[in-house]
Amino acid sequence: MSATAPTTQPGPNHARRVIVAWIVFSLIATPLVAIFVGPNIPPGNGSDQATQQVFDNTVMVALLTPVICLLLVFFVYALAQFRKQRGGDIVDGPPLREHRMVQLLWIVLTSLTVLFLAGFGTFELLQNGAGGGQGPSPIAVPSGQKLQVQVIAQQWEFTYRYPSYGGLETSQLILPADTLIELHVTSLDVVHSFWAYQLGIKADANPGVDNIAYLKTKGPRTFSVHCAELCGLWHGYMFSQGKVVSSSDFSAWLHQQEALFASVKQYMPAYANAYYPDPQRRAG
Amino acid sequence: MRRLLGFNLLTGIVLGVAGWYAGWYAAHAIVGPSIDYFADVDYNELSVVLAYLGGVLGFLIGLGFLNYPILRLRGYPPSLREKETAGTGRYFGLCTDHKVVGIQYLVGIGVFFFIGGLNAMLIRIELLSPSRQVFPAGTYLTIVGIHGTMMMGMMSSAILGPFGNYLIPILIGARRMAFPRIEALTFWLLMAGGVILETTVFFGGFPTGWTGYEPLNTQGNPGMDCYLIFFALVGISMTLLGLNMIATIVTMRAPGLTWTRLPIFVWGILSTSVLMVLAAPVLIATLGMALLDRTAQTSFFIPSAGGSNYLYENLFWVFGHPEVYILALPGFAIVLELLPVFARKPLWGYRLAISGLLGVSLLSWFVWQHHLFVSGINGDLRPFYMLSTELISIPTGFTFLCGMMTLWRGKIRYTVPMLFCLAWFFNFLIGGLSGVFLSDVPSDVTTHGSFFSMAHFHYTIMGGLIFTFFAGIYYWVPKMTGFQLNETMGKIHFWWMFIAFNATFAPLFAAGFLGQPRRVVTYPADLTFINQWVSVSAFILGAAQLFFVFNLVYSLVFKRIPAEANPWESKSIEWQLPSPVPVYNFSKIPVFSSDPYGYGEPARPVAVPASSPAGRD
Repeated sequence: MSATAPTTQPGPNHARRVIVAWIVFSLIATPLVAIFVGPNIPPGNGSDQATQQVFDNTVMVALLTPVICLLLVFFVYALAQFRKQRGGDIVDGPPLREHRMVQLLWIVLTSLTVLFLAGFGTFELLQNGAGGGQGPSPIAVPSGQKLQVQVIAQQWEFTYRYPSYGGLETSQLILPADTLIELHVTSLDVVHSFWAYQLGIKADANPGVDNIAYLKTKGPRTFSVHCAELCGLWHGYMFSQGKVVSSSDFSAWLHQQEALFASVKQYMPAYANAYYPDPQRRAG
Repeated sequence: MRRLLGFNLLTGIVLGVAGWYAGWYAAHAIVGPSIDYFADVDYNELSVVLAYLGGVLGFLIGLGFLNYPILRLRGYPPSLREKETAGTGRYFGLCTDHKVVGIQYLVGIGVFFFIGGLNAMLIRIELLSPSRQVFPAGTYLTIVGIHGTMMMGMMSSAILGPFGNYLIPILIGARRMAFPRIEALTFWLLMAGGVILETTVFFGGFPTGWTGYEPLNTQGNPGMDCYLIFFALVGISMTLLGLNMIATIVTMRAPGLTWTRLPIFVWGILSTSVLMVLAAPVLIATLGMALLDRTAQTSFFIPSAGGSNYLYENLFWVFGHPEVYILALPGFAIVLELLPVFARKPLWGYRLAISGLLGVSLLSWFVWQHHLFVSGINGDLRPFYMLSTELISIPTGFTFLCGMMTLWRGKIRYTVPMLFCLAWFFNFLIGGLSGVFLSDVPSDVTTHGSFFSMAHFHYTIMGGLIFTFFAGIYYWVPKMTGFQLNETMGKIHFWWMFIAFNATFAPLFAAGFLGQPRRVVTYPADLTFINQWVSVSAFILGAAQLFFVFNLVYSLVFKRIPAEANPWESKSIEWQLPSPVPVYNFSKIPVFSSDPYGYGEPARPVAVPASSPAGRD
């Protein structure tokens, strides 16, 4: 299969047409996508992590726009231009078998794109963990004072403990605004996944494992919490609403909860990174 | 009546049922109500497992898989006797003719594909309303699980089974597969598995979806055992199928058919087979461990007893990620094989195309933890898995480049198979680019476990595999059956399916980004419109497949217009044989002097054998 030189043939320069059309379309489409589409990709502006994901998505969608343009321009052109004449006899096309420059160019361009994406993703990940669960020994730790909050998943609800307030446990997640929060996610039975959608947080809850994710809240807002890993019968109903509130509202709420909590405190297991096997009862 | 007696499907079913009850009683003799990690239930887990093992064994004996080993033990000479039986009876039993097995696969997989599709319709019925429940939550999860497991398990062999078995010996100039009885075994194991998976509904179903995550797996009903046995049978079937393909392709190529003259389809099958042989045993072992956890009180995956659910997740995805390329690679191969025929040009960049296929196979072993980016497992390795996952774009890009440059300046004919191949580019582009978001950790935090990832893999697997599966059907069924398929109906089917497919799955990217987790029975009310749109599109997509069945029945049963030997004017060797291909393929083994892509090139002395059904091997 030696390389066959492309036969010179009178007629339009197809390659030039496709490349020019591609460049024109990309130059128009990419800024439009970067400005109008990218910033509107969820999860929105609910936390530093969410904002960072939006930026990440914007960069990627802008980078992928020229790729889509190339394929679309190519196929629209090729499928219209290189079709067999209707009703004519079946004829063969030119026997082009390979073209080293095209291959080389393609390999170099795809490799550069891919390496850039991987480098960019790693850089973004190491900024502040991007809101993902990182396991018991995180590699991307934002610096600063952190409020520790534990998320305990079980079939089929999430509860939350605040170790800095005496291991207080609540059934609603309330977080202070503009605070760096260290979430410790664990499970009492099967695998769940804690997904605070508008905050851009997702971390699997594994029995016996302390899965840490970082969150820097912004202003007061509500957010929804879903379980994102199939966990059995009522998985679909394992959702609730949480709130980010101002720090004064947060301490008021805490005092109220501590009063409620005082009566049951003696029955609670001491705060720990994991509670599995459950000291009180069997799982399931 | 007399023809029904003997070793055939009917005997297989009878002995299968007998074996099932034998296993059931044996298990009850061994152990009474079993103890269990998740106690308070007094069902006998072992009885379900042994019943199905007995059932499978009885089924295989009834089909006649023990006859030959017993004959050999009694001193009879080696033979391939099962191959010589003629008539439609061959299709209902153990047959060693690779062409019969290919057609058995096509029909058998087709039936289970429709059952899996039906489950998808039920899912979409449930999701028509955000809150009203059509099915109880447990039933809904079972439907989701059957859909996913059936599609991932059965459709792994969707192209290797029918087209691989039928075409590989022909394409390499051989008269049979290397291990014809193993070839038949792979098919019947798969069918037994499919039935077993369906019977999960009699045992309470299973709650885990197709991934079977622990410890939910151990917590599940006895229906979970049906899932485990089904997937293990699929694993055994895949391992044997891949092994058979590798042995055939490596050892049985005709003279002159060097590695650089093989059709690219054979390369695709070869690389897929390697993945199957290496990945499926991991699956079998994993499911075996899960089965032991459920029946014999081991605790590989039970954290409260010293096991680890991470172990299950690791093992499952070590199988699971090569598995998705087992699904995707045959699609690449069909596209690259068909484009030269319909563009009337040689395959562009043959070596690059091969390195693309091999590169994807190799890299697919180094990416599995991208399914676990937020699971807390090996947090430090996430940059590596991000890199390795994105590197797969490079060899995948080779396939795109070779396909696109094959079209370049060609004389394209828009036949039905060609339309399905061209749709592959569109679907796989969207599937691949959405994969970039999932492979990027920051973006994956939101998209993981949401409808976004669900839309992504439906674009790659349904848009990649199923579209090319249909391309293969429209392209090769005339050769396999000897009858033409109606082209107008084929084109209607294509456009119907293509539009409905995109209308169904494109909005699901949005649903995922807007916060809808996978496998939920209920969802936020503001996503109602998207879900109803998707449901209606899905029903239209389902109806497109009914229309396809109508075309099949109309063309193959009622019209029966004989197909020409070479309706596509292909230069590949299967089209130089009569339709349907005679029993022994070639009267004389052909000698190859070039690859099958010599369009527009001076004719080379391709030795095409005169075929006659009288030939023997």
